Amino acid sequence: MNGPELLEQHVGMLVTRAGAFIPGERAVFRGYDLHTSLKDLDWLELYLFGITCRRFTAQQMKVLHSMWTYTSYPDARLWNNRVAALAGTARSPGNLGLAAASAVSDAQLYGRGADIRACEFLTRARIQVEGGADLEALVRVELKEKRGIAGYGRPIVAADERIAPMMARVREYGMDGGKHLKLAFEVEKILFEGRLRLRMNYAALAAALAADCGLSPKQYYLLGFPVFLAGMPPCYLDAAEKPEGQLFPLPCQMLSYKGVPHRRWHATNPASCSG
Amino acid sequence: METIHTRIWQEQAEPDNPFAALSCHCHGYDVYGELLAQASWIEYLFLLFRGEAPTKQQARLLEGLAIALANPGPRDASVHAAMCGGVGGSTSASCLMAALAVGAGASGGAREVFNAMQDWQVRGIDLALWQSELAVKPVDDPADIWPAAGHPAGFDPYGVRCTTPVLQTLAHLAALDCAPSLSWLQDHRVALETAAGLPLAMIGVAAAALRDLGCTPEQGEMLLLLLRLPGAAVHALEQKGTGYKNFPFFQIELENDPGPAKSSTEQNAENLVGGAA
Repeated sequence: MNGPELLEQHVGMLVTRAGAFIPGERAVFRGYDLHTSLKDLDWLELYLFGITCRRFTAQQMKVLHSMWTYTSYPDARLWNNRVAALAGTARSPGNLGLAAASAVSDAQLYGRGADIRACEFLTRARIQVEGGADLEALVRVELKEKRGIAGYGRPIVAADERIAPMMARVREYGMDGGKHLKLAFEVEKILFEGRLRLRMNYAALAAALAADCGLSPKQYYLLGFPVFLAGMPPCYLDAAEKPEGQLFPLPCQMLSYKGVPHRRWHATNPASCSG
Repeated sequence: METIHTRIWQEQAEPDNPFAALSCHCHGYDVYGELLAQASWIEYLFLLFRGEAPTKQQARLLEGLAIALANPGPRDASVHAAMCGGVGGSTSASCLMAALAVGAGASGGAREVFNAMQDWQVRGIDLALWQSELAVKPVDDPADIWPAAGHPAGFDPYGVRCTTPVLQTLAHLAALDCAPSLSWLQDHRVALETAAGLPLAMIGVAAAALRDLGCTPEQGEMLLLLLRLPGAAVHALEQKGTGYKNFPFFQIELENDPGPAKSSTEQNAENLVGGAA
């Protein structure tokens, strides 16, 4: 069966194991009663359970919580946060601004795009190294084929202030012996001693910890969705509480034009009816 | 002073207000002093993306494509998403954001156009190459935020044969004399469909049209997102007025329903450790 016949089977009906709510009675979340079986889960545990269908140890949850806490920066200059703040100064609803700012965090230079690549590389490298591959050779190939390794180097500045406090937290909860974490530091050593002198950034550290918790790259990508969220409302509110339009106002002279000189439309345009 | 670098837009400030523009030039053309009176919306859209004024044929091609794409109709997933916003009284922006998020996808959305345009860049008009590569199912990249579609870009995963609107659009656009990719697509449609095992979809026509307009895959992706918004907007507004009682809620069949809770101790969350629901 294929084509429209296959679609016909799904008209008006969702067959699922995700969950459902039975109006006025109960809600089912991944096969469990939300209000009884899962009532004691904190929000992050529930969120992770929704992604993975499994539970994590208390130590893992502490570290994963810190992973979010330590990268919640209420700095409206940051590109994603700036979206939330601009929504505030433009008097848009807060949640609209936060939603857009979170969507913008699906970026390549930082955020979820970097996260998923870092997690995939470390997961793949760990498997290959355990299979006997040479890590230095893997790093060389990755650099050649992808012109960089996600999680190493950082736009704007080289140092990453999140690594030391995060590692302190990791050691506190006894999670500093993970295979991916060890590998992430070995990759840093190779890259720092090489020509590029690249340091590990938070994306590689967090991805390694997530992989050590058993998350796949795609699961880690979804886990990361709210990771910047806590820093965004302060940016929105700060702008919203100030007079409108005062966040990063841009005078005309801030536009540095490098395009073609002035020209006349009708002199060049054969399409225009009046030209 | 830090500056924003642009090759698109130039402003001269009013003499008494550095934050107000006296004049705005787009790719060298005076927007309010000249384009406003002399250019059509479609010409201006082409200028914005391509940096040059369109020829008459290019303007007709973009206008035809814009009409073909403007409203995919309420059955389309992106418009469906917009209607979900409208029916619940969500903000207008969120309705369009919903349409953009869903309409961005690699299955029936702007990412599919991006992928199809990349295919064009690689395969050009090499029919044998198209045929060999269309036989290969797209593979999911675990390092990419974009999930792979289950079908080759530009083709209808559930189609039986090429639909009449797709054929009509292809015929109309391919007849313009600035559309070599569309003409080639029209000439080789059956061979391509045979190789893909699927009929050509509107996305496939759009990808060829956007290529003929000189767009990069990134520009094509953006334009597809933009051009489909009118339909999303009006259907969201319509459902807001029609009301939720007249909007499908659908049935659900839960495969793992635990049934009504007997007591909190009988389903202890701790038992979930290591289990899959």
